[in-house]
Amino acid sequence: MDFSAVLADAIRSGIGPIAAVFAIAAMGLNLHFGYTGLLNFGQVGFMLVGGYGLAITVVTWGGSMWLGILVGLASALVLALLLGLPTLRLRADYLAIATIAAGETLRIFYRSGWAEPTTGGVFGLQRFAGDFYALNPMPPGRYGLWEVRFGARDLWVMLVGWTLVLVIGLLLALLVHSPWGRVIRSVREDETAVRSLGKNVYAYKMQSLVIGGLLGAVAGMLQAIQVQSVNPDSFDPAVTFFLYTLLVLGGAGRILGPVVGSVLFWFVLTFVDSALRQAIGAGIVPSDVISTSEVGAVRFALVGLALILLVAFRPQGILGSRKEMLLGDR
Amino acid sequence: MTADRTGPGPAPEPGVRKPGALLVLDGVRRCFGGIAAVHVEHLEVQRGTITALIGPNGAGKTTLFNLVSGFDRPDGGRWTFAGRRLDGRSPHRIARSGLVRTFQLTRTLARLTVLENLLLAAPAQRGERLSAALFAPVWRGQERAHRARADELLVRFRLDRLRDEYAGTLSGGQRKLLELARALMARPQMLLLDEPMAGVNPALAQSLLGHITQLRDEGLTVCFVEHDMDVVMGVSDWVAVMAGGRLVAEGPPATIGRNPDVVDAYLGRRHDEPEADGADPRRRKGR
Ligand SMILES: Nc1ncnc2c1ncn2[C@@H]1O[C@H](COP(=O)(O)OP(=O)(O)OP(=O)(O)O)[C@@H](O)[C@H]1O
Ligand SMILES: [Mg+2]
Repeated sequence: MDFSAVLADAIRSGIGPIAAVFAIAAMGLNLHFGYTGLLNFGQVGFMLVGGYGLAITVVTWGGSMWLGILVGLASALVLALLLGLPTLRLRADYLAIATIAAGETLRIFYRSGWAEPTTGGVFGLQRFAGDFYALNPMPPGRYGLWEVRFGARDLWVMLVGWTLVLVIGLLLALLVHSPWGRVIRSVREDETAVRSLGKNVYAYKMQSLVIGGLLGAVAGMLQAIQVQSVNPDSFDPAVTFFLYTLLVLGGAGRILGPVVGSVLFWFVLTFVDSALRQAIGAGIVPSDVISTSEVGAVRFALVGLALILLVAFRPQGILGSRKEMLLGDR
Repeated sequence: MTADRTGPGPAPEPGVRKPGALLVLDGVRRCFGGIAAVHVEHLEVQRGTITALIGPNGAGKTTLFNLVSGFDRPDGGRWTFAGRRLDGRSPHRIARSGLVRTFQLTRTLARLTVLENLLLAAPAQRGERLSAALFAPVWRGQERAHRARADELLVRFRLDRLRDEYAGTLSGGQRKLLELARALMARPQMLLLDEPMAGVNPALAQSLLGHITQLRDEGLTVCFVEHDMDVVMGVSDWVAVMAGGRLVAEGPPATIGRNPDVVDAYLGRRHDEPEADGADPRRRKGR
């Protein structure tokens, strides 16, 4: 059994482009859930409209990548307004219901035969990321240290992705530590009290929903670029729950929570996956107990177990403060 | 007391007109399942006075506060504050117009520090606009001034030691204090306080009541709900009595306890228990 290969796989995944994508989407979710107390169970819907906004603009309408990015962001803005306007005045549960339904409705709508001329239906859309990779300053080849190596394209996505994580993290840190952020965090604690002090809670919740949704769209676009295709089934509702998992893992209501959470989530997931495959290959785990085709499911079962242990022993996440968590009523 | 200072004062009868009324209620009604929890025909609160709102449990005092502050919708009626109609407005706009309330069951922001709880309340903060939040130089000066004011209030309310603790760790009485301090931080014209001294130790309560009296002298108007008659007698300029949702009596504190309507209001519930001196029902038996 090749331990260094397992470790290299895990590291590659932990710092890879998809970890950056999930970190960005989870940072948006962190603004919603961790700072404002909004229960958004449809972050994947924002990713979807972002990714498709870009792909449709370029492939179907023949626009440029930059226009596509604008369309992706605008779609997320519209989605946030559509979700927020009717629900944000109501109790928190209504947003939760609306978002979970919207995420799934969007996926089914985009994959429908009716929408196929625009969205590509079940086949999705490909070949829209050319402009992005044309900007790649790195010549083709493999880069990296030790056994952790990436192709030039992946490295370019990673460079852009982690730079975005850094910039977004800085901006969010400035925001949540400003008086605006104080209102947002107060809304999380008790919106009635905030109203009684003259703040328009509805407007603040809407702003938070829009910003977090835009971050979801950015993540969706980066993911589409990375896999060079958008496909309705890659925007499965489970994505939102992975985002919650890694947010809780890293620590909600902490700027770096989703970043640490994403890196660790992908590291552990890939480590388990790779180790199981190696163990089966080496005959340590007999293939009639777990076959290689079942590894995908087993690793999620193990992640679920890890999450249960986490919630039992460190519910505040890696970066969270236990004292603070015990004060919360959620 | 202002009511005395300005001469004979308004007549002690429910719904009486008062000179310089700041808050005026007309026909405010709220029913819960057919039962009128609040039905106030007319009530005026005089500017620059401390008015106590008393009445037995379930009289409708909190419901009235909820209506006036916009947190509950009335089934009818209108009210004006400083001449402006406030009915139908949302709570935050009512608060911004200068009418700030506190809650009977405290609403502290648990995972914010005590200082942050106060800072939140400061009005018209530049840094609360999303467009300005990222540019600290725009709001830093104002924030510093708010901090200084918050620190003064924390000392006054003996919460300075707890300045950087999470508000969720405070005791019940400390939360009451924090909520009152926070309401003052909002620089209101008028305060609606729902049992502000419940659970606060008597010595500190006295000192805070002194502070409120001082603010009254500087022009603040206060209306507060209180069950402790010593407190009511000690600081109020005027007492309004509610029972069964209605305003049953009004008058200066010295005479309110002798009003037979007040005695009736309390009689239904506890005619064989001694009340605190002011509204002692047994006084009537003695007469
Ligand atoms: N949300 C509600 N639904 C139904 N009934 C209500 C509601 N809120 C208040 N009530 C009823 O309205 C009446 C007045 O209640 P309110 O809380 O205003 O009394 P209060 O004067 O503040 O009493 P206390 O001194 O005990 O605080 C009570 O009979 C109560 O049961
Ligand atoms: Mg009450």
